[in-house]
Amino acid sequence: MIQLNANHFIYLLQAATWTLLLSLIAFVGGSVVGLIVALMRVSKVAAVRYLASGYIQLIQGTPLLIILFLSYFGLGIMGYKLVPIVAAGLSLTLYAAAFLGEIWRGCIEAVPRTQWEASDCLGLNRFQQYAYVVLPQAVKLAIPPTVGFMVQIVKNTSLASVIGFVELARAGQIVNNSTFEPFVIFIVVAAIYFAMCYPLSLAARALERKAHAGR
Amino acid sequence: MPAAEAPIVQIENVVKEFGPLRVLDGVGFDVARGQVAAIVGRSGSGKSTLLRCIAGLETVQAGNITVCGHDVGRPGSAARAQLRRDVGMVFQSYNLFPHLTVERNITLALTLVKKQSRDEANAKAAEVLAMVGLTDKRTAYPEQLSGGQQQRVAIARSLALQPQVMLFDEVTSALDPELTAEVLAVMEDLAKRGMTMITVTHEMGFARRVADLVVFMHKGKVWEIGPTAELFAQPKTAEFSQFVASEL
Repeated sequence: MIQLNANHFIYLLQAATWTLLLSLIAFVGGSVVGLIVALMRVSKVAAVRYLASGYIQLIQGTPLLIILFLSYFGLGIMGYKLVPIVAAGLSLTLYAAAFLGEIWRGCIEAVPRTQWEASDCLGLNRFQQYAYVVLPQAVKLAIPPTVGFMVQIVKNTSLASVIGFVELARAGQIVNNSTFEPFVIFIVVAAIYFAMCYPLSLAARALERKAHAGR
Repeated sequence: MPAAEAPIVQIENVVKEFGPLRVLDGVGFDVARGQVAAIVGRSGSGKSTLLRCIAGLETVQAGNITVCGHDVGRPGSAARAQLRRDVGMVFQSYNLFPHLTVERNITLALTLVKKQSRDEANAKAAEVLAMVGLTDKRTAYPEQLSGGQQQRVAIARSLALQPQVMLFDEVTSALDPELTAEVLAVMEDLAKRGMTMITVTHEMGFARRVADLVVFMHKGKVWEIGPTAELFAQPKTAEFSQFVASEL
């Protein structure tokens, strides 16, 4: 057995940067695809709405773990062998898009119908209505639930360890395997997760305050 | 009022149904340029629905609505975009954009739809704000204003687009008497400037004073219609007599 030393902590911190990177991929990818999904959900075309709604139902009804297995092992067997970070990034993007899409749909629909009518009467086209009237108001509503979900995402990146991606949780296991000090190690791992998530919550509160101060 | 000109708003035999409910049952009348028409009637008589149809916010099942030569009321009609340039609508609940300043509320459509420069649009905003007496509220947000002030901003916002017809949907119903007076004063001023206006209202005093034409709606039909003074002096139907008596 190896004695727990500073190198182990450096190793954990390095792994934490992979957790951050994966989270970032999931945020950015999930936001882009999620916005498209949200807009599809409120489309005037029924087929587009059903497509988006089917996607959301499918992803929300599937464990993230299974999505990870499918994109790593499943696609691998079909000849599309993805490296773990790509497979994990893809899975988390698909996963986050479904949830963010549904959260944002709710925020878009929470903007009163009369705002659409007023902007319609002023001659704004649908794109302008979204860009200048509806989405700016929806964003304000969306901040708290979106950040809440992002905190979930940071923690869910730990599932990527099952496809061999060495992020913070997997690094913790590896260190534990050689040192066998699970209590210390996993407390440190938990503290690092907390250090990543808590600022997000703080930022959300600051954003909310700013959003309210601006009007 | 030039006699030779075709009516600026023509409504013919309009039928509007919400499911099994027939809200408008063969409504028709004309409004000439420069006229002020007051649509009155009890709640549920279809008057607001009619106004929404004229504004192109609702599609109709039968009949025709022509505003400034644009065919309104049919879904996806190309005339609709054109209609927006010619018709202004003011709502009961003001419907200002809460995230934008008073000035930006007014300039938004000027810059986006009329493609004016920010300076041009701001100048126009200053002009219409002066008309409604709110020059000092340029940088305020809607929630910092009283209901009456918000409604005057909403009127200014429509005016900025220089519509040929203004529609008012119970614009004072949410206001207390004092605030109602300031909004009605703005509307009266508009009427004096020759704006064609169709207003759904419960303010009988305003209708008597300002309207040229009164349309009394009942059960989805135009029950009684005529020049204001005549109509109030000699109601032809029992329903209108009762209505006038109850609103005094």
